[in-house]
Amino acid sequence: MDKQSSIVEIRNVYKCYYKGDLVVPVLSDITFDIARGEFLAIMGPSGSGKSTLLNLIAGIDRLDSGSIVIDDVDISTLSETELAGWRSGNVGFIFQFYNLIPVLTAFENVDLPLHLTGLSKKERREHVEAALNMVNLTPRMDHYPSQLSGGEQQRVAIARAIVIDPAILVADEPTGDLDRKSASDVLDLMDRLNTELNKTIIMVTHDPHAAERAHVIRHLEKGEFST
Amino acid sequence: MILLKMILKNAFRRKVRTGLTVLAFAIAILAFGLLRTVIGAWYAGVESSSANRLITRNAVSLIFPLPLSYYEKIRHAEGVTSVSYGNWFGGIYISEKNFFANFAIQPETYLGLYPEYILPEDQKEAFLRDRRGFVAGRKLAERFGWDIGDVVTLKGTIYPGNWDFELKGIYRGRTQNTDETQFFFHWQYLNETIRQTMPSMADKVGFYLIGVRDPNHSADVAREIDAMFRNSPAETLTETEAAFIMGFISMSQAIIQVINVVSIVVIIIILAVVANTMAMTTRERIGEYAVLKTLGYTGLHITILIVGEALVITFLGSLLGIALTYPAAAGFKQGLSAFFPIFNIERSTIWYDLGIAGAVGFAASFIPAVQAVRIRIADGLRRIG
Repeated sequence: MDKQSSIVEIRNVYKCYYKGDLVVPVLSDITFDIARGEFLAIMGPSGSGKSTLLNLIAGIDRLDSGSIVIDDVDISTLSETELAGWRSGNVGFIFQFYNLIPVLTAFENVDLPLHLTGLSKKERREHVEAALNMVNLTPRMDHYPSQLSGGEQQRVAIARAIVIDPAILVADEPTGDLDRKSASDVLDLMDRLNTELNKTIIMVTHDPHAAERAHVIRHLEKGEFST
Repeated sequence: MILLKMILKNAFRRKVRTGLTVLAFAIAILAFGLLRTVIGAWYAGVESSSANRLITRNAVSLIFPLPLSYYEKIRHAEGVTSVSYGNWFGGIYISEKNFFANFAIQPETYLGLYPEYILPEDQKEAFLRDRRGFVAGRKLAERFGWDIGDVVTLKGTIYPGNWDFELKGIYRGRTQNTDETQFFFHWQYLNETIRQTMPSMADKVGFYLIGVRDPNHSADVAREIDAMFRNSPAETLTETEAAFIMGFISMSQAIIQVINVVSIVVIIIILAVVANTMAMTTRERIGEYAVLKTLGYTGLHITILIVGEALVITFLGSLLGIALTYPAAAGFKQGLSAFFPIFNIERSTIWYDLGIAGAVGFAASFIPAVQAVRIRIADGLRRIG
């Protein structure tokens, strides 16, 4: 696979929020590309717009103007339903607070995105077991999130993100709620996903140690990239 | 399948809250079921009435009697198959609180017109042979522990004195809607006695009971009978048995309307309770719904989760309420048998209970579901942590 071709093309993206009559610009004229297989870290102070940018790339928020093309699909033109379908097959999400469904076991949480595919029960089981094996959590597949440590929960979340075999993984402060050891394990895992499976990873972080793992680091300040 | 699993697990995440909501719903269904059963009991007489029977009474008021001499004329009216008559006796057994309906009747014809009263042949013959005999409904006999041969004394209110009767038969109802709490004795016994003590009241009947050949011509028969006695000192009003009973019910129409309104208010209150529960539940899980949307689940999936959870709660409450309604109704039946001889839970009440569960489940979760579907994923995710 050509590591240097762009998988994400972001052009002149503007985004603002409204507080009553007040318009608060968040992103201003953002333009950049992300290469296939790249591990990108976006850093910046709180309120700089990095999570908003990540949400736009992941298709869970709408831009005001500009375009975001991912794997030749301009996601800014998709309807809500089309966007939901696109997300379910193309993006894996890793959140700061893991965001597992507490009433489902680790296995069921990882299985969750596969219910939207046409896979049979047997095929789903194979995919889930492979994903859990990848994050070394096979023995704990029947545990509920409340029975797992923070690091284990984040690994389940990573398994859920990769189970659909997405081209892109987006991670919003993936180590923000973890101790140093667990954070290091999670970053190791993300490294492996990038190097072994050639996943494009876009990570937002405050943590310079986490950012060090990335190939490219971009700094966002007041809605613009700083050089 | 995963949605069903989540619906069931979500429904019991807050066990105390879900339990209390289910209990509240069950109590509302219990109250609704009992109120509907009370209304049904009010109309039970109408439902068990026969289209083949007419009742003729004094046109001025039921409290005024009719001459016995009308009997032969009515009997020969076109379309009439049989005629009987009777008087409301209004006797008291030991104490006024032991109220039950007691009638002096012309026994052969009366029992003939009520085939739904099943009386063993030997008991019927014994009753017909003895003018001091009486027959009682099964429930009435059970209520006071009467057996065949027991002598029962009624204290007359309309016809003064103590009246002794001997139990000759106990009838059963053909259906569960047949009144088994009545007391019938010989009109002849009443008439012979009052002929001596109150001669002006003798040879008069409270009502005529008329069997008609064709229920489709009941109106014509009623018109013909009333025309016979027009401009007489005691004009008649003839109507179907159902209309006659409805006349009594209409006197208490206001109470029935109040009961109907209360039963609707009960449903509105429980709708508010379930809606509040679902609003709290949805608010707590808005982050989870955002995660599901992130993974590609649509608004329809989220709606199914929320509405499904509400339906689990309301249907559990409804089933519990229905289960509680039966013993509660049995208790009411025992306590109110004097006022409601027929107090049965109708099948339609159960369907209503289940229908309410569905309607309340949908209505209570509609707004929370719309809110959960409309919230932006980014805003939903912000609620976590």
